[in-house]
Amino acid sequence: MIQELFKPELAWFLFDGLLVTLEIAFFSIFLSLFFGTILGVARFSNHVIFSKLATLYIETVRNIPTLLFILAARFMTNLQPANAGILAMTIFTSAIVAEIVRGGLNSVNKGQWEAARSQGLTYVQTLLYVILPQAFRNMIPPLMSQTTTVIKDTSFVWAVGIEELTGKGMIIMGKYGSTGQVFAIFGTIAATYFVINYVLSVVARAQQRRLAARSY
Amino acid sequence: MSGPFAGFKWLALAQDWSVFAEGFLTTIIVSILGLALALALGVLFGVIGSAPSKVCQLANRCYVEFIQNTPLVIQVFFLYHGLPHLGIMLPVFSVGVLGVGFYHGAYIAEIIRAGIQAVPRGQMDAAQSQGFTFWSAMRYVIVPQAKRVVFPPMTNQAVSLIKNTSVMAMVAGGDLMYQADSWASTYLHYGPAYVVTGLLYLSICYPLAAYARRLERRMEVSL
Repeated sequence: MIQELFKPELAWFLFDGLLVTLEIAFFSIFLSLFFGTILGVARFSNHVIFSKLATLYIETVRNIPTLLFILAARFMTNLQPANAGILAMTIFTSAIVAEIVRGGLNSVNKGQWEAARSQGLTYVQTLLYVILPQAFRNMIPPLMSQTTTVIKDTSFVWAVGIEELTGKGMIIMGKYGSTGQVFAIFGTIAATYFVINYVLSVVARAQQRRLAARSY
Repeated sequence: MSGPFAGFKWLALAQDWSVFAEGFLTTIIVSILGLALALALGVLFGVIGSAPSKVCQLANRCYVEFIQNTPLVIQVFFLYHGLPHLGIMLPVFSVGVLGVGFYHGAYIAEIIRAGIQAVPRGQMDAAQSQGFTFWSAMRYVIVPQAKRVVFPPMTNQAVSLIKNTSVMAMVAGGDLMYQADSWASTYLHYGPAYVVTGLLYLSICYPLAAYARRLERRMEVSL
């Protein structure tokens, strides 16, 4: 009976899973923003070695499934399970963020570089104070949609037994296996992901419209 | 010599190469069938989403928003653990094809809708003034022009689809990721197994991604 599922402890059990999902997603995105920006700038730069190395990293990681990094991080390191999840998601997401950063840098008019350099700013100063702030504006929409992807893809860490939202749901399903219960559990988990991601995508679209209106 | 990448572990893998070959083959076949399904769904829902009918647009939004905002893992688990409760027992192979097909179909639908919107409005007006119906104008005038814009992002979707077939490993799907994972955990030879698996995925995804980049560059030049 579906009523058997209406227990506060089950809700808390799922909520714990949601916290793990959000924790892994939050730290992965935060770290990926940092490493991804460095990688993206390195690939964008004309420096022979940095650019080649960043390209090698990005192109390799982007073309391998996230699940492989999750397995490797879990079984080949001694990290805590959740940290292994964060490591794997960060390795992968950094490469995606790097491409978003590079796209953002490319979207800034070349004249901005020339103007800043002619005023005596160094390469790094130009990047930090002139180019990146402008590039960041164009990066917000793709970064938001990448955030959605990360939140969804954290569900892959259940493959190595990290109990995030999907995993907790599957554990409950192991105990409450009647047809109605199974569908109710699927519905609850799917709805939770849906609400989080839908709200994010609505914010992203509003942001996009505001940016489009403000652009020159 | 007993590091994670010790020589004897590579030898063990070389002896069991058929395990990986079998998985690789499954991954490729699931990818091809999944891509065919995703394309069919994507074109259908992409065109429907551009139709003037409100019902058509609603159908497009329901499909795209639901699929894009829930994880692939949940969708695949539903096909594998949920559907049997309704008496529908799908083999894992079909679960893989349907899973990635429906998931990426939603992304392709959005790409196609954007491609159709990129075609100037005047093209549709002109076609309709010449007596084309909405659907035949789509078929003969709009979609052929939209194809050009749509191709590069579509190729990127193909890459994601191939990578996402790895979700089958979570339902014992017999794909490359599953074969690699079960071989690695049987012998505890993780290092070589993961490296070889990564290289195998790279060998199909990288050429496709490079092709997508070339298409993108060519489009920038021609626009």
